Amino acid sequence: MYVSLRDRPGGAGNRTTAQRVAKTVLLLGVVSLLTDVSSEMVSSVLPLYLTAQVGLGFIAYGFIDGMYQGVSALVRIAGGYAGDRGNNPKWVAAAGYGLSALSRLAMLPAHGLTAITAVITADRLGKGLRTAPRDALIAGASAPGMVGRSFGVHRALDTAGAAIGPLVAFALLAAVPGSYGSVFTASFAFAVVGVAVLILFVPNQRVTTGPHPRLSHLVRAVAGPRLRRPLVAAALLGVLTVGDGFLYLSLQKRDLLASALFPLLYVGTNVAYLCLAVPLGRLADRVGRARVLIGGHLALIAVYLAAATPFAGPATTVVVLVLLGTFYAATDGVLAAMVSQLVPAEARGSGIAAAQTVVAVARFASSVAFGGLWAVAGPQQALLLMAVLLAVAVPVAAWLLHGADEPASGEVA
Amino acid sequence: MSSRLRLVALLAVIVVAVAGATVYILRARGQQAAAKAAPGPARTDLASVVAQPHLVFRNTALGQGYGKVAVVPLAAPDGPRALTPTSCERVYASTRQALCLAANRGLKTTYTARILGPEWSPTADLPLPGLPSRARLSRDGSLAATTTFVYGDSYSTPGQFSTRTLITRSTGQQVAELEQFRFAVDGRTVGAADRNFWGVTFAATGDGDTFYATGASGGKTWLVKGSVSKRTLTALREDVECPSLSPDGTRIAFKKHGDLPAGRWRLAVYDLATGEETVLSESRSVDDQAEWLDDNTVLYGLSRTGESGAATSDVWAVPADGTGTPRVFVRDAWSPAVVRS
Repeated sequence: MYVSLRDRPGGAGNRTTAQRVAKTVLLLGVVSLLTDVSSEMVSSVLPLYLTAQVGLGFIAYGFIDGMYQGVSALVRIAGGYAGDRGNNPKWVAAAGYGLSALSRLAMLPAHGLTAITAVITADRLGKGLRTAPRDALIAGASAPGMVGRSFGVHRALDTAGAAIGPLVAFALLAAVPGSYGSVFTASFAFAVVGVAVLILFVPNQRVTTGPHPRLSHLVRAVAGPRLRRPLVAAALLGVLTVGDGFLYLSLQKRDLLASALFPLLYVGTNVAYLCLAVPLGRLADRVGRARVLIGGHLALIAVYLAAATPFAGPATTVVVLVLLGTFYAATDGVLAAMVSQLVPAEARGSGIAAAQTVVAVARFASSVAFGGLWAVAGPQQALLLMAVLLAVAVPVAAWLLHGADEPASGEVA
Repeated sequence: MSSRLRLVALLAVIVVAVAGATVYILRARGQQAAAKAAPGPARTDLASVVAQPHLVFRNTALGQGYGKVAVVPLAAPDGPRALTPTSCERVYASTRQALCLAANRGLKTTYTARILGPEWSPTADLPLPGLPSRARLSRDGSLAATTTFVYGDSYSTPGQFSTRTLITRSTGQQVAELEQFRFAVDGRTVGAADRNFWGVTFAATGDGDTFYATGASGGKTWLVKGSVSKRTLTALREDVECPSLSPDGTRIAFKKHGDLPAGRWRLAVYDLATGEETVLSESRSVDDQAEWLDDNTVLYGLSRTGESGAATSDVWAVPADGTGTPRVFVRDAWSPAVVRS
């Protein structure tokens, strides 16, 4: 196919020799970097734009923010399925990136609540649509022994973009104070270049030459025995994953520094994620993706314990942020890498989408449940309880994930 | 397509994207420079306006002084305005002082609430944990209430809003955080995780204790009557947001959601003694905490797209008895506060 042969392992023995990550993966990383610069530019100025410039109250803001978070999980499955079904992941991903790019431009004339909500919904639809087929492309372009590293490289580039975006927006608003139009226009420019890189340089991967895979085949691949146990494990761990917001809030309640720097806490997590994504991806290739995934959740237990410690201070805050970054680096790309190897190549997008949706839905359920727990028992007790539950769940998940590191029998080279 | 052709195509896209964005940004800069150089609305002397009954507001007229706190005499609201040296996102004022919620724009924007003294200079900094939304002072200026939207503070649904409403002495000492008060609806205590409170208005008696606010839980909102000393909030009536007490203390102007689509409200007035509710003749959606001009007229902000395409806002006035039609009270203004003496 289009996959660069150089990146294929010559044999089982050359794992130690330096291998380069496939060009496709780097290109997709660049696409994600540009797109994340674009989207983080907008989301970093959105609260102030909506309240100070457009004059919306905070309920309206909360409503929009809710849309922002919620919409993308819904279409993710559709994106994964569409990419597999049409055997055309590149163009489904391109449609998603394109839709998000256009939404930046649409921010310019949108001044009312309804219009802005529609624009942001379009952006999130685009994000949901593109994620699974893009991850399928990453997996397809990588040798089975390098998938973890490829996802690590991609997520590192992606996170770098997310860090650069607010800087660009800040620089623009410093140069042209109050000109949110300039931010939207520049954001559109970044997004368009990202889409151009994708369309012009990323090869499409047609994994089958035969007829389009049928729905029943894809459902069998996703719900089949190879993926069932890992999906149950992902759901179990996802339900016990407390949202960042709660963790930051628990730090903020007891550490004055964290309180003053509240908006910057997520930057700390991102820096740790950025630094660890590639090393942990490589580790996953070497010792097994399931193991690293489990290890990430051990880090999460430590996060809960650190965030619940009564002697919270700046040191605790730093420890929590680093461990949280470790958790993301050990789980986000690694899960996609693991799942991509458990399904036949022609069902990769659907499989990855299924896993990501399971995690998203489980975390949503977790947020609702944890919110109640937090109110009844208080942050400290609630976090300790979650730590205990997660400590019980991790061995169960490890058992469920046993054997998940062997590649699918139907793997196409 | 050959790889060379692709490279050329990418370069073309980059050139067009960079050039397009640059042209837009330079034009925006040019327009801004022109607007800055423009004198803005007619100006008058600050001291003489403050000496008479006046309206304090955020000036949203493009040009010099955008975002600054401004004042106009109540006798001539559409006449020249006087600008103060202070910028605020939201402002409220009593006779001797003002409460200013300001954004410190930066890499990560942070917010501060300041009490401003007679010379519009800060006399105290108050805690402000999030995006500024509502600001009120008690009539004698001794208590300040701020409502902010707190990031990541989503108790039950990810991304859903959560508010933090603080009552503070004007010296900066915190008196109360409403989220910690006992909240009772029909005699039953509501302890749900999703309870939120916002939009304080202080009682006219100025006893430093009684206030009204919005309470919310489970998708419903209530007008609540609060007591600082007893640390209680008691629901009086459903579907009331951002209450504002009339100068004579008999009525509450508020935002009513009713059966409108999400994010839309009508202005209404509730009579505390009779329980009668009057929907005002403003038919557009109002998302603001209203302010009383006098016992018969309500003021509120409405956003508008300005001539240059930029978002701006006006302060409107409408009779409080449901009759008449709304009229523009001050153009290019936001966050009105009436100072009567």
